[in-house]
Amino acid sequence: MTAVDAPRTGAARHGAAVRPGAWRAMAGNPLRFLISSWPWRALAYLATGPLVAAAWLAAVAVLAAAGVVLTPVVAGVVLLALVPVSAVGYAAVERRRLRWLDPRPAPTPHREPPRPGPRPWLGFRLREAATWRELGYALLSSLLAVVDLAVPFVIIVGSTVSASAPWLVDHGDQLQYGPSVTVDRPPEAWAVAVTAVLLLVAGLYAMTALAAARAALARALLVRAVEEELVEVRASRARMAGAFEAERRRIERDLHDGAQQRLTGLIMTLGLAGLDGADPALIGKGRAEARAALEELRDLVRGIHPSVLTDRGLAAAVASLAERSPVPVEVRADLPARPPESVESAAYFVVAEALANVAKHSGATRARVTLRRAGPALVLEIWDDGAGGADASRGTGLQGLADRVAVHDGSLRLSSPHGGPTIVRVEIPCAS
Amino acid sequence: MRVVIAEDSVLLREGLSQILTRSGHVVAAAVGDAPALAAAVAEDRPDIVVTDVRMPPGFRDEGLRAALALRAEHPGLPVLVLSQYVEQSYAADLLHTGGGVGYLLKDRVGEVAEFVEALDRVAAGGTVIDPDVVRGLLARRARDTPLERLTAREREVLALMAEGRSNGAVARALVVSEAAVIKHVGSIFAKLDLHRTPDDHRRVLAVLTHLRGASR
Repeated sequence: MTAVDAPRTGAARHGAAVRPGAWRAMAGNPLRFLISSWPWRALAYLATGPLVAAAWLAAVAVLAAAGVVLTPVVAGVVLLALVPVSAVGYAAVERRRLRWLDPRPAPTPHREPPRPGPRPWLGFRLREAATWRELGYALLSSLLAVVDLAVPFVIIVGSTVSASAPWLVDHGDQLQYGPSVTVDRPPEAWAVAVTAVLLLVAGLYAMTALAAARAALARALLVRAVEEELVEVRASRARMAGAFEAERRRIERDLHDGAQQRLTGLIMTLGLAGLDGADPALIGKGRAEARAALEELRDLVRGIHPSVLTDRGLAAAVASLAERSPVPVEVRADLPARPPESVESAAYFVVAEALANVAKHSGATRARVTLRRAGPALVLEIWDDGAGGADASRGTGLQGLADRVAVHDGSLRLSSPHGGPTIVRVEIPCAS
Repeated sequence: MRVVIAEDSVLLREGLSQILTRSGHVVAAAVGDAPALAAAVAEDRPDIVVTDVRMPPGFRDEGLRAALALRAEHPGLPVLVLSQYVEQSYAADLLHTGGGVGYLLKDRVGEVAEFVEALDRVAAGGTVIDPDVVRGLLARRARDTPLERLTAREREVLALMAEGRSNGAVARALVVSEAAVIKHVGSIFAKLDLHRTPDDHRRVLAVLTHLRGASR
């Protein structure tokens, strides 16, 4: 069995997350890195972080103090409740700052409160785990602010002073490194300067690495988790599939209530005209034309959305397909409950396409369709005793089917050795 | 005969009423949904019901369900179901309620003479199945089935028989004598290993069951 490639669902795409630009830039050409904007961006990120943290700490101090003072009245309690929630604002600023280092979107982890208004909003935010994660991050950031400031400061001040050693020594200054190392002669000063430049380069790397690590921490704590996005992606795909399904049903209804009724009415009218003694040859011709049009329309509509699928479900619709197949098809259906409509529809079209392939390409004398539930999944298997050698990549429509199944997070596998038999196996999870 | 019609499209309801009236029948009631159909049958006691499959409120198979319910409630009430699509499983459901049922594509009504004949046959307790259903069953190129052993003429007879036609009607359709048809029918039943049954409806059932079996 080979799985037919379908566009992978979010998991694979998100799982191999693109490494943020900073790490990649550092892994590349050092010269290019040094003249790029990365070191500057890292510096800006590290330098502004403590400012934001300081502003937040000040706000918290005011809120907490006012809250404690006003605790006898209700306002005080509200102010105290605002202390953790203030981290929400802090985190929003941090998510914006994250863009300097990390181009990936940083969606907020918060959900919309169920009702508008300040009270529901406050209560909802206090109950959200995301708020408390943000508060944790805010406190952690306030502690790390010392590191954020010290590292760039030491690197930049230390290396610029050391790099200017020859000039300082020229002016009769001396540099003191610890208790026992004093630099006061030009040769030593030049050696120090060269070392300082090398250290500056290493320092820029260290600074960028620190900034990238801080950004990663921010992403981990402040940005909606990939899993949640996956669920959303999946849900939106299912919604889209559902919307297509509804659209197909609507088209089917419109054709049934419109063109099909009119053609049928025309045929009845021609029948009445025949009763009135109109030329039977002409009437017959007109009726044949109208019937041919109606037949074509019926086939078209069956391809859009067969009414038997809506009325009676998958097993009946597949039996109906089997009845129309030129190759004898045995249907084994064991479905305790009807799967969701969009899943039913996807499954139906898989069977329709597979049976069309059997009829067109396989030279089979018998085919079998099996429908069953395996735990939460709907499993379909289409077996035929044909010549085999079916290849999904050779445009037998299997690729399109795999795509259609993938929308529902399903998988399509194909086994078709030369000489047969061919088996198409599809599993679609049903959340019903 | 007194007929009750159920069809949600006004256009087709009118057309159907006219065709029936022009053919000498009386349209006792013409309704647009399943509950109204049940009420009309209870009130008017028609000789036959002609109903569409798809009707409000759900636009699914309400008409067919109503037909099955009517058959259960008034055993022997002749019901002719008209549908935009013919589905074997729908036909099977109707056939299992006994004789006096018909299942036809809606546009067959345009062939007024044949339609009226089908209506009479259903009203008389016969069975009418749309040729499309039968053609679908006969179209299978199933090798090694007894169907392969039938002659071309026997197949024509089998198809007409499966549509619910009596020997006389088959003879008229093929322009042969009724005696010839009886001979063909005998040989078909022998070749297909079916039991001769005197009753037309059971004969149709037997043939359809055989055909459906052959498709497995």
